[in-house]
Amino acid sequence: MSVIASIRARDVAELPGKRDEDWRWTDLRGLIREAPEPSRPYSGDLPAGPFAGLAAEEVVIANGEGGAHVDVLPAQTRRLALRFVSQGDGGHAARASIAVEAGGTLVLLESYEGQGGYLGHAGLAISVGTGATLERIVLADDSGDGVTVSQAEVHLEPGARFVQTVLTSGARRQRLETHVRHPGGHAELRLDGVYLLSGKRHADLTTVVTHEGLDGATTQLAKGVVRDQARGVFQGRIVVAEGADRTDARMGHHALILSDRAEVDAKPELEIYADDVACAHGNTVGALDDEALFYARQRGIPEAEARALLTEAFVGEVIDRIGDEAARDVARAWVAGRLAGEG
Amino acid sequence: MLSVSNLHAAVDGKEILKGLSLEVPAGEVHAIMGPNGAGKSTLSYVLTGRDGYEVTEGSATLDGEDLLSLEPEERAAKGVFLSFQYPLEIPGVPALTFVRTALNAQRRARGEPEVTAPEFLKLVRARAGELKIDFDMLKRALNVGFSGGEKKRMEILQMAILQPRFLILDETDSGLDIDALKIVADGVNALRGPDRGMLVITHYQRLLDYIKPDRVHVLAGGRIVASGGPELALQLEREGYDRYARAA
Repeated sequence: MSVIASIRARDVAELPGKRDEDWRWTDLRGLIREAPEPSRPYSGDLPAGPFAGLAAEEVVIANGEGGAHVDVLPAQTRRLALRFVSQGDGGHAARASIAVEAGGTLVLLESYEGQGGYLGHAGLAISVGTGATLERIVLADDSGDGVTVSQAEVHLEPGARFVQTVLTSGARRQRLETHVRHPGGHAELRLDGVYLLSGKRHADLTTVVTHEGLDGATTQLAKGVVRDQARGVFQGRIVVAEGADRTDARMGHHALILSDRAEVDAKPELEIYADDVACAHGNTVGALDDEALFYARQRGIPEAEARALLTEAFVGEVIDRIGDEAARDVARAWVAGRLAGEG
Repeated sequence: MLSVSNLHAAVDGKEILKGLSLEVPAGEVHAIMGPNGAGKSTLSYVLTGRDGYEVTEGSATLDGEDLLSLEPEERAAKGVFLSFQYPLEIPGVPALTFVRTALNAQRRARGEPEVTAPEFLKLVRARAGELKIDFDMLKRALNVGFSGGEKKRMEILQMAILQPRFLILDETDSGLDIDALKIVADGVNALRGPDRGMLVITHYQRLLDYIKPDRVHVLAGGRIVASGGPELALQLEREGYDRYARAA
């Protein structure tokens, strides 16, 4: 099963569906009955991306055309905007590879933007060397008619630092997936996420971390807000292989469901084959706290504003963890806009 | 000022207030005392419009304006302030942000201009100093990890900034040691004035040594069963609520 193979061969039978355990909440096979035509080249002027002005370098991959191979050399510090832009109703796939060599630093500002009923796939190969840092901030503002699958394979060297925050408003169906091979050796990993979904939008944040060596640390905090008939999916798996002792892994997923017809499916999984590990996970799904809401209203804050304030604060905990200040401001404004726009 | 007449209210279909009547004129502080389960907290929630408290009969007005048909935030903008027995923790919202949002929402509702950030900070610094609140604490999420005394001081700070016309203090002394109680009482007393009314709800007489009431009412069985001067509080302290509980 492969989304790329399906797009390339124009064969819907290749799409993953609900019979595949890892895709049972994000069924593409049942959704897409007919393979789309290959996308035509992007036409018209490209609008400014969500991170415009924040990075000296910008790479645009539009309707699968173009690609990126970025190599950050030792001691280099770079900022890169990587934009996956989709247009129309066709199918397209693209690849990018990002390598941050030992001691290098990269802020990767990745965005998904689209208009139309496309089926798009993005594949990323990411490697982070010893003593190198990569902060990846993903902002996915897909079309409500589009289907997007993004899959990143991340390879860390001992002593590397990879921190990621994925922010999404979903799509007709959307999956943003990150796989990390964690070597231990004091490499540091953070995999955060936020999904804010309304209408009939769907977003799936899936992460798989495999700890393969001693002394590795992983933290994860994902938060979601779903309303209307939207559906959020969180699948977080952390595997601690035999011998990967002194691993410290912490995972949290918390969602607010703001309507009766919205849905959140969560599967936090810790698979531990080592003896000496510190692992914790927490998962909550609920509504806004009525007492806090009344308290805010008693102080004069109108109900809609009080809801927005409390919801923004709920999500804010994730935003506060973004290291890059400029990206953090963009993220905060994006959250405020999404929450205000949907009342 | 506050006029409550024959108020009946139910929670989950069970009648808690059973014909409560009360007049608090402007400039006066009235205490409501009563045994546990008498309906003290219910009264404060009914007056402030909390969901789940259903008024089945009677009226409550502030300066002749009906309160019961208004949303909680509309009552707040009219100047009704409830100091909670257990102030809520608001994770992720700095105290400063919360109070400024509340102040400006109230001002908007009254058709007044919003306060600017510098004006607001000046106001908060002055009031926080009076209440011995460390300004840095106001940058933290409201009430999260605060002690009982700190939470109550935050309530008083909000009063001092929002300048409500009518205050309801629900068991404000609970969880306070004597030093914190004095600070809180000083803050409340500073707000006493000819245009402002207060309802002090308390189980114990102790608070009334520091916030001296003009009138004391005994609430039992969902109604006011006795009213008198400050000496009534002392009598209750000596004799307990038994005779009133029986009368109810």
